[in-house]
Amino acid sequence: MNDNYLVKEEAYPARFANKLTMGMPLSEYARKLVTPFNIVAAILLSVGLPLIGLRFWQGLATVTHASNEYPWSILLGWGLFSGVPLSGTGYVMATAVYIFGFKKYHPLVRLGVLTGFMGYLFAVIYLLIDIGRPWRIYYPMAVSFGPTSVLFLVAWHVATYLTVQLLEFSPAILEWIQARRTRKWAILITVAMTIAGVILSTLHQSALGALFLMAPGKLHPLWYSAFIPVFFFISSIYAGLCMVIAVSTIGARYLREKADHRFLDSLDGLTVGLGKAACIVMFVYFALRMIGVAHDDNWALLLSSSYGYWFLTEVLLFVLLPCVVLTVGVKLHSARIVRVGAFHAIAGVILTRLNISILMFNWNLPGHFQAIVPPAREVAIVLSIITLHVLIFRWILNRMPVMREDPAYLEDGH
Amino acid sequence: MEKPVKDARSGSERDERKAGRRTVNRRDFLRGMAVAGGAAFLGTPTDVEALHDLSGWPDRMGMLTDLTECVGCRSCESACNAANGLPAPEVPFDEKSVFERKRRPTASAYTVVNRYGNPKGSGNPIYRKVQCNHCEEPSCASACPVRAYTKTPEGPVLYDKDVCFGCRYCMVACPFYAPAYDYESALEPKVVKCTMCHGRIKAGGIPACAGSCPMGAITFGRREKLLKIARDRIRKFPDRYVDQIYGEYEAGGTSWLYLSGIPFGELDFPTNLPRKPIVENTKGFLSAVPLVLTLWPALLGLCYAANRNKEEKG
Ligand code: SF4
Ligand code: SF4
Repeated sequence: MNDNYLVKEEAYPARFANKLTMGMPLSEYARKLVTPFNIVAAILLSVGLPLIGLRFWQGLATVTHASNEYPWSILLGWGLFSGVPLSGTGYVMATAVYIFGFKKYHPLVRLGVLTGFMGYLFAVIYLLIDIGRPWRIYYPMAVSFGPTSVLFLVAWHVATYLTVQLLEFSPAILEWIQARRTRKWAILITVAMTIAGVILSTLHQSALGALFLMAPGKLHPLWYSAFIPVFFFISSIYAGLCMVIAVSTIGARYLREKADHRFLDSLDGLTVGLGKAACIVMFVYFALRMIGVAHDDNWALLLSSSYGYWFLTEVLLFVLLPCVVLTVGVKLHSARIVRVGAFHAIAGVILTRLNISILMFNWNLPGHFQAIVPPAREVAIVLSIITLHVLIFRWILNRMPVMREDPAYLEDGH
Repeated sequence: MEKPVKDARSGSERDERKAGRRTVNRRDFLRGMAVAGGAAFLGTPTDVEALHDLSGWPDRMGMLTDLTECVGCRSCESACNAANGLPAPEVPFDEKSVFERKRRPTASAYTVVNRYGNPKGSGNPIYRKVQCNHCEEPSCASACPVRAYTKTPEGPVLYDKDVCFGCRYCMVACPFYAPAYDYESALEPKVVKCTMCHGRIKAGGIPACAGSCPMGAITFGRREKLLKIARDRIRKFPDRYVDQIYGEYEAGGTSWLYLSGIPFGELDFPTNLPRKPIVENTKGFLSAVPLVLTLWPALLGLCYAANRNKEEKG
């Protein structure tokens, strides 16, 4: 009996190591890691990570273009304001499958939830680099409450939602480490977590827009609107749908052996379905943006300055056009065209968020366009975090049952 | 009192603010919870309005800057620097070359004076002093997620570095570009802005800049009284002043009031601000929160119930 115990004790770390190296001996695993992609990634990381260190050594001034007039730089413009809507993947997929009962989308749920979780996790990482005293990040939750602040709401909801998403994704982790009993519990709370997720998403996605309601004199009138929270919320829905299309496309292409037949065979059909949902939401969004212009009676601004043309570029070329592409793809049942439309729509969401948080913020200050150009160091930091994001994502996809179902758990449909 | 007392400000004010400081008590915590999440479930209204009622302190003090009197001597800058123990400036205070470019308050200067050409062509340039305007309903305070700002009954808006975590939303929200940030500091950055010499005011004194102005361009007093003085001046010298007291209504009104001989827009004063406090813009959004919290679970729950046994559609 004693012997048995010892054997077990040895087997467990070995089994775990096996999981980390995906069943390969360590040397073979190490050899497999040397790929062109990984080399580029290593270079990006070796430039960016020391710069993050520099930020904590010599202050934000040495690495960002954030200034007294432009307190929020691309670390937040990209990392938070673009990252969060693109992470709407989790709540749109979970809602579709668990609440609305579109069960055929089940193969995409886990990928959606993982994309969402990772997106939020990294939004928080960008935040930790950007805020002045990151070790106080829990202050709005525990030390001093500013309930009149929209950012207070964002802080609470992003923190809670991060936890909710981790719980939503936990079955995959538990299957990976073969914790059967805990997994049963994790499955039980799925619906509750999904509902919590939708509530939190509705509120913080729109709250990110509402943050700018406090800057009426600073944001260009074409972008400043009382509807900004609604715009942010609605666009996060199609951003999430399009991101699922994008991530599954990339996953099916570069990690094909990690996906099962159920995933690969249904992908084209599901892509068209998601594209259909996305283009309906985008038409609504486009109409709302126009209503926004009408509501503030800003028609005259549209054709009277380069800002107006830029606004038209945004809504026509980056909302309406991808929406039309998606519609064509859906009508022709072409997953390829839908994918093109999805990537285009994603670019549009990023453009809108950067417009509001950086490009059109303080548009009327002298020297505006020089002031917002990010320095090389900040770009390097952002690139290195993106690299890290991709690497960790790939690490998980390689190991856990995300694009496939673990045969051991097929029976209960989750 | 561990540090030597530099001026009237440090001692009493510090103690007072320490005492009122944010050790979170239970009521605070519940209120925070209510607004952040549970309001609808607990059945308590979020009552954003009541949390933020700042009117009703009639003795609010203020500062009236008469830009037609200012000669750009920068005595106020120098006095402010001394009163707050700030680092020596790169360019000495009697140097006029600083006027060649526009400056703004920074982490080491609570106030700066800028020079503008006189469009009336009379040759005398116009100077404008810039600092935190100490709003009646400060955007910075309502934007801060950790309530690092306090509007004091005396008028000044104060900042507490001990709770600030450096998100800089206050800077995004301030319509007057007042708060500056310590971007150079790696580990202990703080927001920096004029305090209207709160400590001196409490001790019965007057703010350093007002006391130092050789031209009497800055008047300190009760805000109501300053408004009267300003109106009188405009009435008596209609040729000298434009018919506006900047700060009377801007963004809900500010403690700092300005008189000018040329339109304020030409002196880089923001002229596109609403008359109501800016925080009003978010009240609608914040009060919709409990609605979402109540309606969504119900609707989604119904949806779930209706669809849960739904057959697979083709
Ligand atoms: S001027 Fe800006 S920093 Fe000063 S009280 Fe008003 S909002 Fe706050
Ligand atoms: S930077 Fe500090 S004071 Fe300003 S809003 Fe953030 S936490 Fe509040």
